[in-house]
Amino acid sequence: MSADPHHHAADGHHEIEMPHASMRDYVIGFVLSVILTAIPFWLVMERPFSNGATAAIIMIFAAVQIVVHMVFFLHMTPKAEDGWSLTSLVFTVIVVVIMLAGSLWVMHHLNTNMMPQVHDTSQLP
Amino acid sequence: MTPHPAPEAGPFLGKLSLDALPLHEPILVVTFAIVVIGGLGVLAAITKYRLWGWLWRDWFTTVDHKRIGIMYMILGLIMFLRGFADAIMMRLQQVWAFNGSEGYLNAHHYDQVFTAHGVIMIFFVAMPFITGLMNYMVPLQIGARDVSFPFLNNFSFWMTTAGAVLCMISLFIGEFAQTGWLAYPPLSGIAYSPNVGVDYYIWSLQIAGVGTTLSGINLIVTILKLRAPGMGLMKMPVFTWTSLCSNILIVASFPILTATLVLLSLDRYIGTNFFTNDLGGSPMMYVNLIWIWGHPEVYILILPLFGVFSEVTSTFSGKKLFGYTSMVYATVVITILSYIVWLHHFFTMGSGASVNSFFGITTMVISIPTGAKLFNWLFTMYRGRIRFELPMMWTIAFMLTFVVGGMTGVLLAVPPADFVLHNSLFLIAHFHNVIIGGVLFGLFAAINYWWPKAFGFKLDVFWGKISFWCWVVGFWLAFMPLYILGLMGVTRRMRVFDDPSLQIWFAIAAFGALVIAAGIGAMLVQFAVSIWKRKELVDESGDPWNGRTLEWATSSPPPDYNFAFTPVIHDLDAWYDMKKRGHQRPVGGFRDIHMPSNTGAGIILAGFSLVMGFALVWHIWWLAAVSFAATVFGAIYQTFNYKRDFHIPAATVVEVEDARTRQLAAGA
Repeated sequence: MSADPHHHAADGHHEIEMPHASMRDYVIGFVLSVILTAIPFWLVMERPFSNGATAAIIMIFAAVQIVVHMVFFLHMTPKAEDGWSLTSLVFTVIVVVIMLAGSLWVMHHLNTNMMPQVHDTSQLP
Repeated sequence: MTPHPAPEAGPFLGKLSLDALPLHEPILVVTFAIVVIGGLGVLAAITKYRLWGWLWRDWFTTVDHKRIGIMYMILGLIMFLRGFADAIMMRLQQVWAFNGSEGYLNAHHYDQVFTAHGVIMIFFVAMPFITGLMNYMVPLQIGARDVSFPFLNNFSFWMTTAGAVLCMISLFIGEFAQTGWLAYPPLSGIAYSPNVGVDYYIWSLQIAGVGTTLSGINLIVTILKLRAPGMGLMKMPVFTWTSLCSNILIVASFPILTATLVLLSLDRYIGTNFFTNDLGGSPMMYVNLIWIWGHPEVYILILPLFGVFSEVTSTFSGKKLFGYTSMVYATVVITILSYIVWLHHFFTMGSGASVNSFFGITTMVISIPTGAKLFNWLFTMYRGRIRFELPMMWTIAFMLTFVVGGMTGVLLAVPPADFVLHNSLFLIAHFHNVIIGGVLFGLFAAINYWWPKAFGFKLDVFWGKISFWCWVVGFWLAFMPLYILGLMGVTRRMRVFDDPSLQIWFAIAAFGALVIAAGIGAMLVQFAVSIWKRKELVDESGDPWNGRTLEWATSSPPPDYNFAFTPVIHDLDAWYDMKKRGHQRPVGGFRDIHMPSNTGAGIILAGFSLVMGFALVWHIWWLAAVSFAATVFGAIYQTFNYKRDFHIPAATVVEVEDARTRQLAAGA
């Protein structure tokens, strides 16, 4: 047994491995966020593309925005917290994808099979 | 008795009025009288023996994971007695209501009883029990002084308790939900449940859910961050591994429950139409969402107990656990798979062949890692020197019982079979078979195994064996008839029966429930007798079972700081390794130990939340607003509390450790 008072947070000597966030990172993150927000705004206001394409582009920008926030504001790099940040992110993404995809699949089937459909009554025999 | 129409809400007391008191239900009036008299007796005794200060300082405000763990266990035990009382009432009603008799419970009351039984047993019995176990054992098993966030731990406990209290208040003020334990809409919607029962359900689960989620986060961080040096992930005790996976499931799935219940409350409170029949709502979406939480939930309950069985089997066979690595991977695989099986709870809702086949197959697949675990336990026992102490007896009873429950589960996983068996007593028998045979038997194994660690004396064996046999025999008597009835097509939640030929099976089941009641009684006697005879049953060594994991390295009960020096881990089964290498307990060189301070903030904030929940149930808006503000500002105020820690002076540590040295010398 060895005396290792530096190991426990309860020992009072916090060895908090904070990611070394710099002002530069925050500024880059902020600028990127502004750009990624401004472009979708502009797309909606000016409508250079069709509705479908606009929606698709906005979704892509939103996804990129999420990554920017995670990297520059939450400092979630592969090395942060010995990789636990990344691991938990991957797990969360898997669970969320399972839930969303599964729910869409299940509810689509339920909706098709079970919900009273608005039939065109003239088509009924 | 039909429920009263919803009264008009007044500005001051909302929907609350004297009509809310169930004076027309003699059973409730008598229960209320007994509770009041008993409660006053307890309060008087506490006052007479001047225990209030002790309770407040040493228990209610404690941030010590060990004391909080014990409080969780007490909460679970109290709620278990309530939940079991509901079970006995149902058994009695079902054996009674034949040949034209209505039984003794009216529909309004009976529906509340079966709903409360399910809700209480899952949320306020099984959850506090497993959280209590993990709270007590995980920090000890990984060589830590406490959990990562001690105050949060205290707060989580009190939030869980506040949820339980709100649920209990519904017994005497107003009513509980009459919807079944998952409150499916449209029945739980405002149109079909206009009274406060479902609101009690929603808010007690929401408040307790905060506690559960926070304690999940706390334990994950504890396991990942506070392991003793040398304890890599693959050197963690199996119980710690299963606790980690269970808490990951908690953190990933409880938010779904919270969100689903929020949507249901929006439907009920402000007239949205998420789950209504019309205006675009879909009750099927609620069923889908609640089971995305609900299926992981059953694995949240069983995984920590799989860990307990692993520890017990290994200890009492005197062998290293067979297939540690496969055990860990099986646990992780179950954690992931538990997210892709939820639809098997509603095969019959109509999603069609492709969806049903997918979820049927994933459900069958999940039995593979579970089966692997069982073989690992069997191989651990193989050629072991097995000691049939109480924990081992519970473990073997678990193996025999759980396998049957698992196999009926695989039967139900076949969609065509499920179309015949769903909603029947066969299902009821199946899940009681796995929850009692798995979760409860595991808890009893754990309580008998770890009691000496928590209190310094063993549990009485004689009464333990009586309890064991009553429980096991009672379980089979109570639930095998339900399998048979289910195969004959009897559906769940029935209040009266027309076919007199069924009565004999209900009679056997009721008799089984009485045998279980005897088992519970014997267990309470076991606790009492053990406390009475604690001098005879005392364990000075701290390691009464010749244990293998680190919790047995400490004194029983462990000192406030658990370990005077953080141990260094070289091997799986750290304590066995230390004993084998002739480890000497350090007896000098102690230093001040930095500890977190007790705080009353947890119980106060949870008290505000309880008031808020009550106010929301009864639509007392001003009180809800005030108590919500109090909760938020109280939490902010607590962040400015800088008296968070203190040091146990080295002199005190020396005193405690010297006493321990003398105790060990006397025992040797």
